[in-house]
Amino acid sequence: MTHSTHGPVLHHLGKTKLELGPVVTDGGPWSSGKTEDGILWLVLDHGESALNTVSREVIEGLSTELDHIEKDMPRAIVIRSGKPAGFAAGADISGFDAMGDEGAVDLLRQGHAVLDRLAALNCPTICIVHGAALGAGFEIALACDWRIAVEGASFGFPEVQLGLHPGLGGTFRLPALIDPTEAMTLMLTGKTAHTKKAKQLGIADIVTEERHIAAAVAAVVDGKIDRDGPGLKARAFGFETARNLAARQMRSKTEKKAPKAHYPAPHALIDLWEMHGDDPEAMQNAEIESFAQLLDTDTSKNLRRVFFLRQALKDDARGDDGISHLHVIGAGAMGAEIAAWAAIKGKTVTLGDLDLDPLGKAIKQARDICKDAHLNSQETRDALDRLMPDPKGYGIARADLVIEAGPETADVKEKIYAGLKGRMKESALLASNTSSLKLTTLRDAAPNAAQFAGLHFFNPVSKMQLVEIIHHDSTDDDVIRRLTAFCGSIDRLPVRLADYPGFLVNRALTPYLMEAMVLMDEGVPKEVIDSAAIAFGMPLGPVALSDQVGLDVCLHVAESLKDNLDKPMPEISARLREKVEAGETGKKAGQGFYSWSHGTPKPDASGGPDDLTDRLILPMLDACVECLRNGVAHDVDDIDGAMIFATGFAPFRGGPMHYARSRGYAAIQDRLKELETEYGPRFRPDPGWKGL
Amino acid sequence: MTRPVYLVDGARTPFLKAKSGPGPFTPVDLAVQCGRPLLARQNFDSRALDLVILGCVNVLQDEMNPARVAALRLGLGAEMVAFTTQINCGSGMQSIDTAYRYIREGSHDMILAGGAEALSHAPLVLRKSAVEWFGQMAQAKGPAAQAKAMAGLRPKFFKPIIGLERGLTDPITALNMGQTAELLAHHFNIDREAADTYAMQSHHRLARAQQEGWLDDEVMPAFDRDGVVYTRDNGVRPDSDLAGLAKPKPAFEKPYGKVTAGNASQISDGASWVIVASEDAVEKHGLTPIARIMDSAWSALDPSVMGLGPVLASTALTKRHNLDVADIDLWELNEAFAAQVLSCIAAWDDADFCRAVLGLETAFGRIERDQLNIDGGAISLGHPVGTSGNRIVLHLANALKRLGKKRGIATECIGGGLGGAMMLETV
Repeated sequence: MTHSTHGPVLHHLGKTKLELGPVVTDGGPWSSGKTEDGILWLVLDHGESALNTVSREVIEGLSTELDHIEKDMPRAIVIRSGKPAGFAAGADISGFDAMGDEGAVDLLRQGHAVLDRLAALNCPTICIVHGAALGAGFEIALACDWRIAVEGASFGFPEVQLGLHPGLGGTFRLPALIDPTEAMTLMLTGKTAHTKKAKQLGIADIVTEERHIAAAVAAVVDGKIDRDGPGLKARAFGFETARNLAARQMRSKTEKKAPKAHYPAPHALIDLWEMHGDDPEAMQNAEIESFAQLLDTDTSKNLRRVFFLRQALKDDARGDDGISHLHVIGAGAMGAEIAAWAAIKGKTVTLGDLDLDPLGKAIKQARDICKDAHLNSQETRDALDRLMPDPKGYGIARADLVIEAGPETADVKEKIYAGLKGRMKESALLASNTSSLKLTTLRDAAPNAAQFAGLHFFNPVSKMQLVEIIHHDSTDDDVIRRLTAFCGSIDRLPVRLADYPGFLVNRALTPYLMEAMVLMDEGVPKEVIDSAAIAFGMPLGPVALSDQVGLDVCLHVAESLKDNLDKPMPEISARLREKVEAGETGKKAGQGFYSWSHGTPKPDASGGPDDLTDRLILPMLDACVECLRNGVAHDVDDIDGAMIFATGFAPFRGGPMHYARSRGYAAIQDRLKELETEYGPRFRPDPGWKGL
Repeated sequence: MTRPVYLVDGARTPFLKAKSGPGPFTPVDLAVQCGRPLLARQNFDSRALDLVILGCVNVLQDEMNPARVAALRLGLGAEMVAFTTQINCGSGMQSIDTAYRYIREGSHDMILAGGAEALSHAPLVLRKSAVEWFGQMAQAKGPAAQAKAMAGLRPKFFKPIIGLERGLTDPITALNMGQTAELLAHHFNIDREAADTYAMQSHHRLARAQQEGWLDDEVMPAFDRDGVVYTRDNGVRPDSDLAGLAKPKPAFEKPYGKVTAGNASQISDGASWVIVASEDAVEKHGLTPIARIMDSAWSALDPSVMGLGPVLASTALTKRHNLDVADIDLWELNEAFAAQVLSCIAAWDDADFCRAVLGLETAFGRIERDQLNIDGGAISLGHPVGTSGNRIVLHLANALKRLGKKRGIATECIGGGLGGAMMLETV
């Protein structure tokens, strides 16, 4: 029952408080206290943020606590977080950049020494984990003898997503605790093991509810809990040949998802395990060396940049949106996705469409999204209950926000807006999900221009995190603030932009997609084009991406950009028009340039002209510079964040602008000029490069 | 103190004919499907409601007290009191009646009252002998005892009893509901052709109502998780004719019976809600009621002739208000069986019956077919038992309003030997 407030009784009772034994937290990263029967409770509550991060102070504080413990050994030690949100989110990565290679190695050695001391204590050590124990947080838990998971707890090593692998002993402690192949999978994929899985893998010894923590601790201390030792499989991997074989499989699997050239960390981890999997001490030393090296790679630096870009967009999206009821107009692919996603995230949603068929399809689509998002049956039921198909538009009068996701023609949209006049609440906002029309042209048709803005989602909404928020010349500032907070409340990343043809993402993406079609017209096979983009680091090639976006949408956006921009664009390929006319509009039709009947195409072809990649990528960078020059986006970071979270632009390159900077602005301009000479004015560098 | 009570609005799902296997919706799913649009089209916050009452006969194990489950799933909040009523085929009217009385007394101001039933989900019931065997297996300790218990397994344990069939059999007289209709047909001389003619009209009337859009604000489309949209009552046969209706064999009393699958109500899934409000609530929220609920009555008689329940209950109302047949413009008399509806009409027109049973001086009079179930009924629509009583009250209100008529009675026979009736007047 997530529909509504839980009422005053539950509100008064509140949530079950964390069991902290005798500890009263006192502001330091660690607070401790001993019970009458000699059990020492050690509570981590570090800093002001909702989650603990493991910083130098945390490690040093633990060291000081261990000094006392080693002198006066308690009967048992309980370690847990005093923050309701969870155990610990991992290392404090904001400190990483300042560290040189040597500084990193020093800090790592210091951390390892402290965790080794914790692991070596000759009294039982019990870690209680509620919420997430990630990265260094997980490593502290692994240095304890026992782990009690509070229902909802999760464990994981997300380091690979930052171009790293575990660095505080995880690489040898986890494979020693559980099936080594499972341990490697967790570390290589960065996936978290949720409570049930954690118990099943042997990470958690006990799973219980917060209210039974004291009893569970007593059961461990009193020796009432048994557990199995490492299994046969773990022992088999003591042999090098077994590890060779397994490592080979891991490498080929990893290469497919994270090629070594772009993502060295997982490959380094496989090397470590293959070489030292039977020798924890050697593994520990090698882990420290390898971690320090990875820290210094461009990939890791760029991936950490991506982490901070995400953080910045998230921080911008905090606050109260005042939106509990969303009405979406138009149950096409996008409207349905937006409605389903908002309902999953707790909004009351009505989805309007004059036709019943698309409304029916939207419910099926919503069910599938629930499934993909791993919602359980109650969560799915509640989400679908919150999503009401609304053929008669009852929701318009109740909505705090109306999102129009109708056909992409100004007169249809204007008609829709005319129908809203006098029906919406006075405080309600109206947003258009248009991808190709300028807000400035639609503004006057809106019931209240000050409360009208653009809210441009990307397909599929459930996977693409970015939302472009576009203001026009009379949008009220508070409307933009509320829309930004709305994106935050449905777990999407908003970027605030000015009204511009194609806004930011489509403006930058379209020349890339159109150039791919020009290349196809020149006779370059689509597989070759897409493979080149994938080799650059894109998740999907431009041809497959066009199919995914929808060829009709691509055509529409391309035409609109051609009409509205002074800059020369690639000619729109006749084949694109033919495809759209034939109804082969891409993924949603099952057929576009590719056939989608067997899922997402996975082209793997080499060859093509030498300048293929630059012809695809550089116009995208140039368009980003143009947007920056015209004040469409606030700064370089917003552009990079938007392109990464909307299009998956090679994250390990840190974003298009960051890539341009690392390759050299002058070098890019020169290269564009060369391409201009060869292929025409569409490659002429934007004047904005000069100001960078 | 008796305060006026209004029926403000209402909506139902299409009634979906039970096919093989459970349908796409549980009773609460159905209640949510039509409850959402009904609440969404009101101009008040749903939390202004102060009670939810839902009639449901076949409650599913996963939805105990379906009224409360529905209230929570409709987002009415943790503090919404909700209870379920069960008086068999009268359950959906009982919910309105309870709401009516609470509001009339002054303890409540606005109540959501409904009915929900998914007969296609009626469970298969294990035989008592099989349940006992399961119990012994569970208690058996050690391999020897288990082997002994296992040896007691009999093939017939796996032959389930259809719960629905049991539900439609009167436990006191052991008569199936169809047999009670046969009994009335015999007493009131209703022949097969009359029953079939009545059934055909039911289909034609519903088909016309659908065609004309008379049900558009009453029936809300239902959407299942596979993307299928159910827009209208799907048991209707617009081309129903006497030749077709003459084909099926008697369903309950072969070979001479008159009640067939064609002239009996259909087994269906469906839900219906109405919003019942006090005058204060109407004023406070600026509501436009469809009708005022004037009175209600319940009566009882021998289970074997339960089909005459409407005659007893409705006459109790007309007597109390000194009304005669001409004062009632429209009737919704639930079509459990064509023979049963026709028997009720015949009974009212039978002076002996009216004197002896109803205490009238003469026959109550003739209710014309154009006043009776004017847009079809359970024979064409289906009869989700817990829902039908709610539907007929809602539809009566809508039909009175559409035709500019003043007064009507919605009434139903109730398995087990009961009748319920509710009188409405347009405002």
